[in-house]
Amino acid sequence: MNAPQPLQQSTRQFISGNEAVAQAARDAGCSVASAYPGTPSTEILEYIAACPDIYAEWSINEKVSLEVAIGASLAGARALCAMKHVGVNVASDALMTQTLIGAVGGLVLIVADDVGLSSSQNEQDSRYWGRFAHIPVLEPSDAQEAYEMTRRAFGLSEQFDVPVMVRLTTRICHVKGVVVSSPAEAYQRKNFTKDPARYVMVPGNAKQRIPLMMARDLKLSQASEEHPLNRVENGSDRCVGFVTSGAAYFHVKEAYPDAPVFKLGFSHPAPIEKIREFSATVDKLVVVEEVEPLLETELRAAGIPLYGKDILPRIGELAPQVLAPCIEKLLGKPCQDQLIETTGLFPRPPTLCVACPHLGIYYCLSHIKNTIIAGDIGCYTLGAGHPWNALDTTISMGASLSVAQGIDKGRSEADQDKNVLAVIGDSTFMHMGMQGLLDITYNKGNVTVLLLDNRAVGMTGGQNAPSSGLNIHGEATMQVDFRKLCEALGVKPERIHEVNPYELPTLFKALRSEVKVREPSVIITNQPCVLTERYSQLPPLKVDEDKCTGCSNCLDVGCPAILVQRRETVIKPNGREKELAFVNIDTAACTGCNLCTNTCAPDAIVPAFNIDKINAVEVN
Amino acid sequence: MTATHHAAVENPGVVTNILVVGIGGQGIMTAADVLSQAALALGYDVKKTEVAGMAQRGGVVTSHVRFGQKVFSPAIIPGDADMMIAFEPAEALRWHSHLKPGAVVMVNDYPLKPPVVSIGLYDYPEAPLVQLAASAVELHHFNAGEAAIELGDRRLVNSIMLGAIADHLPFPPDILEQALLNRFQRKGEALTELNRQAFMLGRKAFNRTSVQ
Repeated sequence: MNAPQPLQQSTRQFISGNEAVAQAARDAGCSVASAYPGTPSTEILEYIAACPDIYAEWSINEKVSLEVAIGASLAGARALCAMKHVGVNVASDALMTQTLIGAVGGLVLIVADDVGLSSSQNEQDSRYWGRFAHIPVLEPSDAQEAYEMTRRAFGLSEQFDVPVMVRLTTRICHVKGVVVSSPAEAYQRKNFTKDPARYVMVPGNAKQRIPLMMARDLKLSQASEEHPLNRVENGSDRCVGFVTSGAAYFHVKEAYPDAPVFKLGFSHPAPIEKIREFSATVDKLVVVEEVEPLLETELRAAGIPLYGKDILPRIGELAPQVLAPCIEKLLGKPCQDQLIETTGLFPRPPTLCVACPHLGIYYCLSHIKNTIIAGDIGCYTLGAGHPWNALDTTISMGASLSVAQGIDKGRSEADQDKNVLAVIGDSTFMHMGMQGLLDITYNKGNVTVLLLDNRAVGMTGGQNAPSSGLNIHGEATMQVDFRKLCEALGVKPERIHEVNPYELPTLFKALRSEVKVREPSVIITNQPCVLTERYSQLPPLKVDEDKCTGCSNCLDVGCPAILVQRRETVIKPNGREKELAFVNIDTAACTGCNLCTNTCAPDAIVPAFNIDKINAVEVN
Repeated sequence: MTATHHAAVENPGVVTNILVVGIGGQGIMTAADVLSQAALALGYDVKKTEVAGMAQRGGVVTSHVRFGQKVFSPAIIPGDADMMIAFEPAEALRWHSHLKPGAVVMVNDYPLKPPVVSIGLYDYPEAPLVQLAASAVELHHFNAGEAAIELGDRRLVNSIMLGAIADHLPFPPDILEQALLNRFQRKGEALTELNRQAFMLGRKAFNRTSVQ
């Protein structure tokens, strides 16, 4: 993990949207910040953790994270909670009721949508939550605006007594731009005041709060009409005008610099009357929004004639090369569809790292027949890819266990002999997997669980979690004991095995014996993520070319350091063709985990350097 | 320098687009950051964006650097890149449709084959640079990895590549050199000096390579 440097203080900085949000939190006097790591939002909390005046935590999931921020707000502090889009699904239980309570200290929810699905399981549009939860949504278009809008969000939250959502997208989070910050403010923390009619949301109290929420909606709509974050940019070419927000704003400016633009920053509730006035000044009005036709639907309902998703794509980014052909067509101009020449090149899908402890697991899983394997979300989702093709499902955080339980209970006669497995990582297990395991044990399910404990949140860059024994600052804290935890969740002690995933025979033995037992069992792996400091390298390996028989067993490990040198097709004694692949090992990349040595029958994989020589160096 | 690059300096309305491409872990983002810092030091507006799904997992990484008086969209439109620095030859080929005619392309020509090629699912192109040279670009290439190992550390590829492109930018090479060395100042003089050497080696290596 690349530890972020302390936040810069200079006036003209070159920083990402995520860092800009962190600086805004600091400058707004925010004192509590929480998150669960998730691309593209992860770095926000990493940068905030470098601010000594803000309490920062990695929470175990987004619901917990939002509730921590809610508590801090009710205690009188300014609080921020950051998550990726799918995190809000988890946090929504708290959000949908907190909106009735409002906010004491400014309560800001930063949500990062993954438009284009660079690293997510879906492409949901978080702006829906603004409508659903009756909360305002601010949409920055670059890092500078991410800074400005995050700072404003705290004030808006206090002014209107409401949690405020700042909706980012990947193109905001991970784009660096020039940011000029403004002087920091000293926020005067309030005290906790008992107010059960407001904070205790039993039906009687909640019912009283609903009319207040409706009145707030009206005030927010009025504020949006007059708000400086919503503005008209005049243009010389009035044949088409755009209403747009977020990253799409700059795509519009890039493609149509001379067109009039209604730029939305405070995008929900929308300033509908101001947009109606704007629509009268242009020949054609086009709403450019990523991803869903939300604003478009509201403007249509208000009787404003416009174009939107009827001419624009409903998925992915509305980059200039996507936007322009659609607009040209609308204007009746001849347009060439951008011909992106395809090179017909091989893809380069992400792979598990060299020496990743998950490699051994997937080697075994791909060699065990008659299985249904429910997967989960993390690095180990890559086990669905080549060469293992080991996963049969991946849905949501923690779903491996509960989906496996459902497969076990719902399977047909023909599938009765299959082995049902669940594969989940340590932090995903703590996020939302523990409940699934309890469900399995309570309801007498028959699932073999592989709990891949690499002591970190690997996929997002090796962040700490309760399995690390370290907090967000890298300071020592409690470390969860998975054996005890699984036992407490109802798994019999004799059904829990801790194994070293680099020892393939042990792993195979544990797997083969546990899938035969008709009750829940858990196999816990115990080696750290290779991207973390916990991992220590061993001397690298090489292939003795004279001994390599080309059997290609080692390729089934899937280690990116094993490379094919040449292929040969031979005719076996039974007349069948067999393809041989002779390999070598990229010694500079190899960290000597020895997994592949386990798979090499002719012992062709040997230390790259003379062991005596290495020892001699160490002694000296 | 081509006419396009002079134009970027002289005409405030022009934006220079540089594409940096390669594979996760090669230092693509760092190289793009150094280019951005150099442009920033000259007072330009700069935007830098990555298209990197799972950057640390050996996937394709592409960084877009755009600078000029005012930059709107952070991503380079296909066909608009003035320059490309490619850390791998097949990756250079993958992004060639992003290049303007006459674009300068600097390639580390040491191929890196992914596991999907190793296990035989896909073929690695036979001569990616020959294909690339067939399009109207100004192609330069050399083995930056070998040069880095000669200097004693594979990770120096980055600084060598920056050195190689330094004489093609719309600003003086020493601005880029300074932006690069600024990154290492915290880490001590020895490392700064090593990267200075790597940068110089890149500049010289470029002079050695033939234009195809």
